[in-house]
Amino acid sequence: MCGIVGLFLKDRELEPDLGALLSQMLTMMTDRGPDSAGFAIYGQAEAGRLKLTVRGQALDKVAAGLATALAQPVTAKVSDTHLVLSVPEAQEAATRQWLAQARPDLSVIGAGRRIELYKEVGLPADVCERFGLAQMAGTHAIGHTRMATESAVTTDGAHPFSTGLDQCLVHNGSLSNHRSVRRRLEREGIDFATDNDSEVAAGYLSWKLRQGASLPEALEAGLDDLDGFFTFVVGAETGFAVLRDPIACKPAVMAETERYVAFGSEYRALTPLPGIENARIFEPEPAHVYAWERA
Amino acid sequence: MPSVDLKQIGRRALNSQLHGLGPDTNQTLWRIENPDGQHALACGLNVPITVEIAGHVGYYCAGMNQQAVVVVEGNAGVGVAENMMSGKVHVKGDASQAAGATAHGGLLVIDGDASARCGISMKGVSIVVKGSIGPMSAFMAQSGALVVLGDAGEALGDSIYEARLYVRGQVRSLGSDCVEKELQEDQKHELRALLDAAGVDPTVQVEEFRVYGSGRKLYHFNVDHASDY
Repeated sequence: MCGIVGLFLKDRELEPDLGALLSQMLTMMTDRGPDSAGFAIYGQAEAGRLKLTVRGQALDKVAAGLATALAQPVTAKVSDTHLVLSVPEAQEAATRQWLAQARPDLSVIGAGRRIELYKEVGLPADVCERFGLAQMAGTHAIGHTRMATESAVTTDGAHPFSTGLDQCLVHNGSLSNHRSVRRRLEREGIDFATDNDSEVAAGYLSWKLRQGASLPEALEAGLDDLDGFFTFVVGAETGFAVLRDPIACKPAVMAETERYVAFGSEYRALTPLPGIENARIFEPEPAHVYAWERA
Repeated sequence: MPSVDLKQIGRRALNSQLHGLGPDTNQTLWRIENPDGQHALACGLNVPITVEIAGHVGYYCAGMNQQAVVVVEGNAGVGVAENMMSGKVHVKGDASQAAGATAHGGLLVIDGDASARCGISMKGVSIVVKGSIGPMSAFMAQSGALVVLGDAGEALGDSIYEARLYVRGQVRSLGSDCVEKELQEDQKHELRALLDAAGVDPTVQVEEFRVYGSGRKLYHFNVDHASDY
């Protein structure tokens, strides 16, 4: 099963409410995925700086240690098992290197100018509460509630998966050729942190984007190269995109108003949104890429 | 007229109230407020009542319906009226996938579009879609009639048995062993009656439709047709 949601705001006045709305959408999808939940939220970028979301335990002293090592100011926000570090853009590699050496117990689960990514095992409402999603603001966000089928119920197996800067993916379905695609991508230098099939889809898109494809082009190519059942919602720095497999095995419903574009596995997920009664509701067609971007 | 706020009483309480009605009940018109896309609303009814649902519904609404009239004043999720036996289900908005799946009888009317696999494995139901239908509709349809005023998606009627598919618009492609046939006189009558029952504008003429049905090559395994399977 699994539930996926996405919300892309057109109206800037809604930005302070993004987290609150996404949190209600995720909670609505508890029946579809009570094992774990996660979300990626795109907030404000800071000029010349990069955010890294790090997951693990004993996070309080990480920022201070990193600042000393880099001899640069580092800002940090600890939220339960997650830590968002803000470092100078040029220090990304040095930061990753220091983390790998000084704190090999931690994992970097997302990085980019605007993305913050949180995921944990547990009921969606509890996960949202632990990270304070309802208080977060931003332009767009995607989320996932998981009922595990292809790999274990662990935080590593929770979505979203991020395999490139400001990129992330949530997936409902299961891929049948993920092993062979993974081997091909590993040869191309894409790293994977888990055994999860959905991470392979994320890695595939990152690889295509790295080769210069636009997000819609990357997804279009995925129709040929990824075999299995999928509804994907993909986040990028300036927008989000949706793709379903050619037989539309997994459910999807979308709503569009002048204020937002929203995605849900079921209509129920969209009911917390303002003005949903009068939104244009439609089902994305199979094998058709839908993308929204904001300048 | 009983009016039920689903937010107050919840789905199970609603369905048990409806299941508790006797065949001679005087409570013949029910109104359901705040459905909010919930699943399995008004399922398994077997009394001649009318249930009006004021908004969008989730999966399997009015599934297994017998005798009752269920009106959805919004969109319906996956599998609306699945396995209906008799009665009528009217969706005023769009229907999601597998509308009317495996239904044996009754009338399903969808004012908007129906998405993929509309009428999959239908077994005698009549379905009238005033908009268009998605891909793989009427897959393995066994009997009954599917009327579409708009267009049909890819692979219409794949592996169809003896259901009749009437389409007024374009068919993107026909599925395996589904072929266009000549519209027969008795089919014109059937089509007219279905259009009238669904409240379609009487200026719509039956001659505007094309009829599709089984090429009858797949009923029994035949090695010469192996590539069609």
